[in-house]
Amino acid sequence: MQRIVILGGGVGGTLTANLLVRKLRKAIDGGDVEVMVIDSTGNHVYQPGFMYIVMGGERAANLARPERSLLDKRVSLLVGEVVGVDEARQQVTLADGVALGYDYLVLATGSRIVPESIEHFAQEAQHFYTAEAAAKLRAALDAFTGGRIVIGIAGMPYKCPPAPLEVAFLIEAELRQRGLRDGTEMHFCSPIGRAFTIESVSEMATPILEKKGIELHTFFNVEAIDPARKMVLSLEGEELPYDLLILVPPHKGQQFLIDSGLAPAPGGWLPTDRHTLEVGGRPNVFALGDATDLPLSKAGSTAHFEAPVVTERIVAAIEGREPAGKHADYEGRVMCFFEIGDGKGTLLQFDYEHPPKPPRPNQFWHLGKVVFNKTYWHTVPKGRV
Amino acid sequence: MTDLASAAPAVTRIVDARGSFCPGPLMELIRAIRESQVGDVLTVLSSDRGSKVDIPKWVEKAGHRLVTIETRDGVDEIVVEKRR
Repeated sequence: MQRIVILGGGVGGTLTANLLVRKLRKAIDGGDVEVMVIDSTGNHVYQPGFMYIVMGGERAANLARPERSLLDKRVSLLVGEVVGVDEARQQVTLADGVALGYDYLVLATGSRIVPESIEHFAQEAQHFYTAEAAAKLRAALDAFTGGRIVIGIAGMPYKCPPAPLEVAFLIEAELRQRGLRDGTEMHFCSPIGRAFTIESVSEMATPILEKKGIELHTFFNVEAIDPARKMVLSLEGEELPYDLLILVPPHKGQQFLIDSGLAPAPGGWLPTDRHTLEVGGRPNVFALGDATDLPLSKAGSTAHFEAPVVTERIVAAIEGREPAGKHADYEGRVMCFFEIGDGKGTLLQFDYEHPPKPPRPNQFWHLGKVVFNKTYWHTVPKGRV
Repeated sequence: MTDLASAAPAVTRIVDARGSFCPGPLMELIRAIRESQVGDVLTVLSSDRGSKVDIPKWVEKAGHRLVTIETRDGVDEIVVEKRR
């Protein structure tokens, strides 16, 4: 029997497991192949919804479901924390000491936030990268009556690249509706020389920042927070006072990937082939989603489009043939909605060779995002879109 | 990153960001600058076309010194001195 072990029950891991079942049903039913997902919590969380806890009245309870309910019954689910991968023995080790062998390993281990890497972050800065943090930021916005809001990015790469701009646009719209905009200064800090990494998106977003009166600070790499003076300091020597500080926390890959020699320190991002999604040239180890070092958005959408490629490559190897068809290689496809505020949105759709050409923001794309969020549970993890 | 102190004393550290895409090379340089001392000289190797535009702009904003930019075999070599 051949065992495919998938680490991580997020978008990438769940979808890959279900797609593998679709293609290997007979082999699984015949006992020739086993598909196993190992997840540390057993809960699948729809992280794009966190922004709507901040802005849209969403509740954390609506954003999580048992991973078991999303997986085909032919997939085994093991809830446990993986602490190591032993490549020589083709085994993963769990925190309780159990070791499990694999023939194929899929690393869908995501990213983790490390706000503690910046002193005073926890006390001074708000963010929206957990349900709890999003609810806390919502409370801070409810209590806000005017002053200076600074929104920035405290480390790259990070999950969902458009999110900080979206939050800036949505907060600006909310403050206008609450009659607080005249008494509020808004600042947006970007670590690079423009508002967004992709030039065409930056060209779309920069005039919107201007129109909304949000001051853009480029090359602002957060170095420190001074709680006594209520200042955020950049590596480049700039200081910005704040009344409400919203920062994307620094992100890293999983520590056990570094400890196992699969990913380099300090970032912990897996060196992944941009087309085959193999990790470091290993023919039986694949990565997808946030865990990779690919120059793409860390977003569920990326994992969504990578999962069919990982599936096809593993199925081809098991069947002793070359990968074939439209999912033989990953071409860098990503698609995501981008909120602008005032009930409008746009769409980012791109791949390695074709940068996005966002359409003019309108209500249609905002509604598209709302519908996508509502139908997610029935579509993406189950491979229906 | 390789220590080239013995081969080329002026350069303290090489940041090899070849194959990385915008903003990867700039972020690699920023990480290396954070770990360096004032007076250190760093060479960034980048195959991303945007680096020779973005990195000099960042160097100016951050108050460091751009020493040279050269292109060899499609790779930009951007030399930066940490000044503060």
